[in-house]
Amino acid sequence: MKAKIVITPKKAVLDPQGKTVQAALEQMGYEGVIDVHVGKYLEVDLEGDDAEAWKPKIEEACHKLFSNPVIEDYEFTIE
Amino acid sequence: MHFSVLQFPGSNCDQDCIHVLSDVLGHQANYLWHKEESLGNTDAVVVPGGFSYGDYLRTGSIAQFSPVMNAVKKFASEGGLVMGICNGFQILCETGLLPGALVRNRSLQFRCEQVYLKVPTQDSPYTREIAVEDVIRVPIAHGEGCYFADDETLEKLKANDQILFQYASADGEITDDSNPNGSLLNIAGICNEARNVCGMMPHPERASESILGEEGGLKIFEGMALHFQGAPLVGSKNR
Repeated sequence: MKAKIVITPKKAVLDPQGKTVQAALEQMGYEGVIDVHVGKYLEVDLEGDDAEAWKPKIEEACHKLFSNPVIEDYEFTIE
Repeated sequence: MHFSVLQFPGSNCDQDCIHVLSDVLGHQANYLWHKEESLGNTDAVVVPGGFSYGDYLRTGSIAQFSPVMNAVKKFASEGGLVMGICNGFQILCETGLLPGALVRNRSLQFRCEQVYLKVPTQDSPYTREIAVEDVIRVPIAHGEGCYFADDETLEKLKANDQILFQYASADGEITDDSNPNGSLLNIAGICNEARNVCGMMPHPERASESILGEEGGLKIFEGMALHFQGAPLVGSKNR
């Protein structure tokens, strides 16, 4: 079983990486790109098959370690 | 006075801090490995700069779970002086001892240069020896020093006089041009509400000897020592 965690910068936090990537996309000729946000992706291999039991633990780890709630949002799935 | 300078895997300004505290200022100063669970008989803690745990995940994010940080949190809650410099500031924010966070410089550049700092208040152990009309020149060296906090936190920092250092021009003006990393309100350093915990991105330990060109940084460490010795504030314009 695997937890898949996506961490993105909060909307209020300026994301210079995203802006730079967006500028590169425009340079490449892609039209219609509204915004780019650069975040992180983590995969955590888990023992057992009880996703519900893991959920609060992964939630806690997201809050305390994987993300910094001051500047980042997170979402995850366990499957 | 007895200082402890923390060492994490990847700390690299620890020796500079020890040198200034012991060789220049004549205090006792020892290294404290991050696996230690006790601070011993320390009077003040310095969390030095560097790249603790390789800056993996986020700057300072892994270091906050080192055993020594539990002792630092307890020490801080009892009023002990804790100062974080550069990566040390990032660690103190991640630990929750200071509000806000340090994010990637707005320019995306690693900035390594001299900056001028203005001190909005002398009401702290760290700024008590620096007049509010003065500026000090101190180097920075960081890629992630852009101070961010939500509006509510910024208002609180202002209301409580917790902003201790702001990037300024040579004549003390707080301008966008003098802001090297995009920090909100030009914030270079802050303290907690109780005023015993301080974090700053610039490196005062690299500006503490005339032979190195600058010694304005010394005033910060001298202020900590005077505070510890119970010396009254002289010439403070705030309180």
